[in-house]
Amino acid sequence: MIEIKNINKSFDGKQVLFNIDGNFKPGQTNLIIGASGTGKSVLLKTIVGLIEPDEGSVIFDGRNFTQGDRQLRTEIRQEIGMLFQGGALFDSKNVEENVRFPLDMLSNMPEDEKLDRVNFCLQRVGLENVNLKMPSEISGGMKKRVGIARAIVNNSKYLFCDEPNSGLDPQTAILIDHLIREITYEYNITTIVVTHDMNSVIEIGDHILFVFKGQNLWEGTKNDILDADVKELKDFIYANRLMLALKEKG
Amino acid sequence: MRSIGKYFMFLRLLFVNRESIRTYIRLIFDESIKIGVNSVFIVVIISVFIGAVTAIQTAYNLVSPLIKEYIIGTIVRDMTIIELAPTITAIVFAGKVGSNIAGELGTMRITEQVDALEVMGVNSASYLVLPKIIASIITYPMLVTLAGFLSIWGGYVAGTLTGVVTPEDYIYGIRIDFIEFNIVMALIKAVVFAFLVSSISSFQGYYTRGGALEVGIASTTAVTNSCIAILLADYLLAQLLV
Ligand SMILES: Nc1ncnc2c1ncn2[C@@H]1O[C@H](COP(=O)(O)OP(=O)(O)OP(=O)(O)O)[C@@H](O)[C@H]1O
Ligand SMILES: [Mg+2]
Repeated sequence: MIEIKNINKSFDGKQVLFNIDGNFKPGQTNLIIGASGTGKSVLLKTIVGLIEPDEGSVIFDGRNFTQGDRQLRTEIRQEIGMLFQGGALFDSKNVEENVRFPLDMLSNMPEDEKLDRVNFCLQRVGLENVNLKMPSEISGGMKKRVGIARAIVNNSKYLFCDEPNSGLDPQTAILIDHLIREITYEYNITTIVVTHDMNSVIEIGDHILFVFKGQNLWEGTKNDILDADVKELKDFIYANRLMLALKEKG
Repeated sequence: MRSIGKYFMFLRLLFVNRESIRTYIRLIFDESIKIGVNSVFIVVIISVFIGAVTAIQTAYNLVSPLIKEYIIGTIVRDMTIIELAPTITAIVFAGKVGSNIAGELGTMRITEQVDALEVMGVNSASYLVLPKIIASIITYPMLVTLAGFLSIWGGYVAGTLTGVVTPEDYIYGIRIDFIEFNIVMALIKAVVFAFLVSSISSFQGYYTRGGALEVGIASTTAVTNSCIAILLADYLLAQLLV
């Protein structure tokens, strides 16, 4: 379980996050949603420690990450897997080396075991026979899959995804969403997904946190989001004609 | 001024929380090939021509019959060892390797590859930059040595082919009054320049913000700042060491 408490963050005097609280349980897909520029990525980067909050703390299963010493932080980071918006594959390494990288850096597994683990993870995300391809030779959807494989290869306890389906066609987007959810359930991972895609919300929103201009305005599940009574959230959901039509149909 | 302070903080960052030595050895090897071996071609061309031009220009400017022709060899030798081999090659090195390093790190930064390393608990600065600096410090003095030999050879070829100096005179010229310390000085310069180019370029690349445009700017700035630093250091070393 990840708890965030009273997170505040400003850049050059401009406050981006205001007193954000939240709890994210394992074995469910936790979503952070909101419009562009409201601070979702900043929040996610603060949770994984790429950005230091001005105030507040992030707690991973009772361990205070924000106030922790370097050793504790490194220890927690080694349990984190992250899928970046563009995949962030290392472009000088091929697919296999990319997925193997966390094992090379963080474990002392023997080589053949590493290879088995890498192939297992690649298979798990539906990729076969691409081990030797370079990142520049594979499609955007495949990059995301490789990114997911790399994020889970070290048996991560926490999985973070920043807009996992941006730039993908709707069908591939849903496949990726489902993949993230399946992996979360299967390995009981604490997963946090940042998205502004209503499709993802309806498909995989087990627990949803709505952020508006740096504030946490609503929390709930996909079952009650359509009936939420927060104006900003309604504006966000029904910006889309399709959603409006769905709502009118009941 | 602020960025100079940030630069020194960056250098310190390279040494905290490093990875295992084994990891670095492999990386240093890879980088040495990328940085050193891939620069050989340009260094060869430039140094041969510079030696040739120096020989011919010197001959052209020697109008007094009182000065012996062997002096052409001596001048080519001294110019080469003291300035041309370490300094001019460093400018070329900055243009090739510096822009390459800044471009690579800048791209890794804006495509979040640096963040990916950090999230895994890897000290990205140290992991990415230290091998480049060490590889530069290892390979650049070799390049300077190569440049020195080739430049003197270039002077020999150009001088004898055009007939401004006989082979015997040239050889005599490059052997007379040889000061061994000049070699030491050239190698000290080489190490300092290699460190400056690789660390300044890494610094520029590592802190790139924005997109492809900014990566281009980081590359250019890396080359410019490296060149300024090289010339400044050249001046300071000349003051300190002579
Ligand atoms: N490193 C930074 N320095 C200064 N300002 C920043 C920085 N990172 C983000 N911001 C600002 O914080 C605000 C929130 O940005 P953020 O990237 O979190 O938006 P987002 O909700 O992820 O949007 P999107 O859906 O478009 O990705 C923006 O106004 C942005 O300009
Ligand atoms: Mg974002």
